[in-house]
Amino acid sequence: MFHSLESPKNRVKITVDGKHIEVDATANVAMALLGAGITAVRRSVVGNAPRAPYCMMGICFECLVTIDGVQNRQACMVPVHDGMTISSQSGARTTEEGGK
Amino acid sequence: MRTLPDQEIVVVGGGLVGAALAWGLARRGLKPLVLDGEDLSHRASRANFALVWVQGKGVGAPHYARWTIAAARQWPSFAAEIMEASGIDVGLRQWGGFTFGLAESEMAMWTEEVRCVAEALGGDAPEYAVLDHAETARMLPGIGRDVVGAIYSPLDGDVNSLRLFRALHVGMLNLGAGYRPHSDVTEIVPDAGGFLLKGAWGEVFARRVVLAAGNGNTRLAPMVGLAAPTLQSKGQILVTEKCAPFFPYTSTTVRQAEEGGVMIGDSQEADTSSIATDQDISSVLASRAIRTFPQLGSVNVVRSWSGFRVKTPDGLPIYECSPTHPGASLVMCHSGVTLAPHHAHLIADAIADQAAMLADKRFSGRRFHVSQP
Amino acid sequence: MQTIRSAEDLAARYDIAIVGAGSAGMAAAAECAKLGLNTIVFDENPEAGGQIYRAITRNTPAARPYLGKDYWRGAGLWNAFSATAAAHVSAAAVWSLEQQGEEAELRVSVSGRSRIVHARRVILATGATERPMPVRGWTLPGVMSVGAAQIALKSAGLLPEGPVVLAGTGPLLYLYASQVLAAGGTIDAILDTTPRRNWLQAAPYLLSFLSSPYAWKGLGLVLKVARVVRIFRSVTALEITGKERADSVTFTAGGKTISLPAKSIFLHQGVIPHANLANAAGCEMGWDDRQKCFAPVIDGQGRSTRPSIFIAGDGSGIGGAVVAELDGRIAGLSAGLELLGKQPSEDGRRYIRLRQKALRGRTFIDLLYQPAPSFRAPVESDVVACRCEEVSVGAIRAAAAGGVAGPNQLKTMLRCGMGPCQGRMCAATVTELLADAQHRSQADVGTYRLRPPIKPVPLSEIAALPHTSDAVYAVTGSHSGH
Repeated sequence: MFHSLESPKNRVKITVDGKHIEVDATANVAMALLGAGITAVRRSVVGNAPRAPYCMMGICFECLVTIDGVQNRQACMVPVHDGMTISSQSGARTTEEGGK
Repeated sequence: MRTLPDQEIVVVGGGLVGAALAWGLARRGLKPLVLDGEDLSHRASRANFALVWVQGKGVGAPHYARWTIAAARQWPSFAAEIMEASGIDVGLRQWGGFTFGLAESEMAMWTEEVRCVAEALGGDAPEYAVLDHAETARMLPGIGRDVVGAIYSPLDGDVNSLRLFRALHVGMLNLGAGYRPHSDVTEIVPDAGGFLLKGAWGEVFARRVVLAAGNGNTRLAPMVGLAAPTLQSKGQILVTEKCAPFFPYTSTTVRQAEEGGVMIGDSQEADTSSIATDQDISSVLASRAIRTFPQLGSVNVVRSWSGFRVKTPDGLPIYECSPTHPGASLVMCHSGVTLAPHHAHLIADAIADQAAMLADKRFSGRRFHVSQP
Repeated sequence: MQTIRSAEDLAARYDIAIVGAGSAGMAAAAECAKLGLNTIVFDENPEAGGQIYRAITRNTPAARPYLGKDYWRGAGLWNAFSATAAAHVSAAAVWSLEQQGEEAELRVSVSGRSRIVHARRVILATGATERPMPVRGWTLPGVMSVGAAQIALKSAGLLPEGPVVLAGTGPLLYLYASQVLAAGGTIDAILDTTPRRNWLQAAPYLLSFLSSPYAWKGLGLVLKVARVVRIFRSVTALEITGKERADSVTFTAGGKTISLPAKSIFLHQGVIPHANLANAAGCEMGWDDRQKCFAPVIDGQGRSTRPSIFIAGDGSGIGGAVVAELDGRIAGLSAGLELLGKQPSEDGRRYIRLRQKALRGRTFIDLLYQPAPSFRAPVESDVVACRCEEVSVGAIRAAAAGGVAGPNQLKTMLRCGMGPCQGRMCAATVTELLADAQHRSQADVGTYRLRPPIKPVPLSEIAALPHTSDAVYAVTGSHSGH
């Protein structure tokens, strides 16, 4: 949905649903995903519909993903770090650590 | 001045009790008008724990135990009836309920309660089991080490109480009842052959009136020769984000709604009239929930909520027709979910039939009079 | 400035706690710290700046020149704030606020731990959120708010992939378009939903607007954008289609139904106060009929109906970045001088005068860009109003027809507002729908009454906070808690 205007000076490696990508170290998770061509980040809990980041400022809770094993985190509020593992979510979270 | 057309029967209060009564009256072909309060009126119907619960109820009051058990047994057919009238599935699950003990003293208290009820009811007593930690863990592998034991009763269960609330409202309207919000009744004046119900919104004449206004009954009942004493009792719950199913039963302190959210209760404050939630209580509730189900630790709380229970001095319902003002009756109770089938059927029928008594006479409010006849 | 990164490093008590590090929050902090008061700023974002000055702490005009002159004003604010002795905690979510006696109690989550902090005065500078714009297909991937797209540009230099369509009303549409163009990107179409009749209601305020600094800047923006971008005016019946993601928009303009292919669709119809924390703290909310939103009730100094809680900036009513900054200074001085037992200062009076001046032209903008009723209270029953619980406009209108008493009863009946966003994305729509369907004023309909936590908090963080003896008694019936 987006492409970056700039060639980042510092890059970090993150894993998204098992795929390794390099992103700008200053990005938050939502920007990193959008910049990497990933639009939908989860399927909704009630209607199993595809959802994507909407507000980018912590309001809408559409960008919920699992980050380093912690479920339902707001991707737009969490800065990336080297070695971060992100998984998209489908439906309700589980009560198990690390999700399903 | 009468601002609305005269009515045959008016139900004051549109909560779970009022809506169930109006449903039942409408089912009998009456066209009750429900007068309801404001959006932010105190409403126990919005803050209940959604249990269809028998376990431990009726200590020292076997008539209440029997009344509750009969309601719980009515629930499956009532749920089907609601579905038919409203098209809404209220999500009844009578798969068994637990009361968890996090200390031996708590277990001793719960055990004594169920034992007392069973003894008084003899062969009619609902089935229950007193489980130790290992037995509880066999049924619930995720249970915390701090759970010393539990009472389990297979008759207990829950509904989706928000859907129940909506279904009763949709159903009563479908059956011909009327509904008017923003119509807090502040005064009831007996008037030739009936009552004038008044409020800031206006005035309506009703030949008969049913008080189902929860704690609001305390103020209204004396206007028609009845008494509805209540004790202050505030309860608070925490609600989490939706989770995949983890607890197929129900309990008095942790339950998972059909939609996935976990509700965590329960507390009782007798010394506050503030409707705001108390965050210190939230901490204790949260801690006990995690001690019961450690896997809930990482789950996010999205809301706290509180409400005032409709609590009579002995905790039992009041069902009564006014001896001095024929045509006026009073229905109030704490367990608006569990007892809903009775309210929609037995009680509504008694009101429709203009019976002299709505239920067992031991449910009369006269039991609270200082000098009982 | 003292940077705090973990809950353990927080003091138990501060003179002033400020929530939000945008223009109002940074300005308030600077004023309070200047008075020598022990001041702390909690900000939910990882970096100071709020949304207007997003990423201001690391952006440079050389690297991102396209952000425009107004944006760089934030650098001055940040520099002044960072030069003070105030404490700054970023990535800190204040999830509960309560007036307790003469003080306030905050519960705040910082890097996985919650902590209770007391403050003698609190200044809420929680900013604005974009008004929801519920149309068919607005939940599809590929659709975002214009503010979100602008945040992506400000903080990561991200440009949208075409075809790009902006839809809605308000200056931000044109500001974002101009920034994208300046950065070398493309905007394929702007679907301006501003109703033509808005010009009539705004016209009496045109002169005052023309004397404001926005006027020529704004006009310049619109003209610049209009030279390059296809603009459709008085757009109605907007809908977005696509299966797994948005691929086109359809709308009516000039009496014709038009469909355009679109890969990036950005919606915007103005901003409204983000006042969840104030609402949950029990501050009275009032309806602003010109801005068509609820805002906390405050006095001229920014004090809410809870005496130890002040509210400044867009969170108290929309005024924009400059007004927010002055709001912050006024509230900061007023709260601070009160604590010091001092009379209002000449500075305070000057800020109030400046604020008056900065508000010039606001009425015109508010009235001109008032979103059309059909976009505030949609009639299409399949449009999603509550995105979390997926409650449709039709369900809400049906409940309204059944006589539901208000938004809080509606929530009980339909679950709208019960999801993780806690009503942020549907409260405005719900009020408008009930008002429309029940022929009541929005003021009369009201809004959700919120309860802590106002942001989701793990159960374990709440459990780890102190268990008072009264609370233990309320839950277990015994003071020992076993």
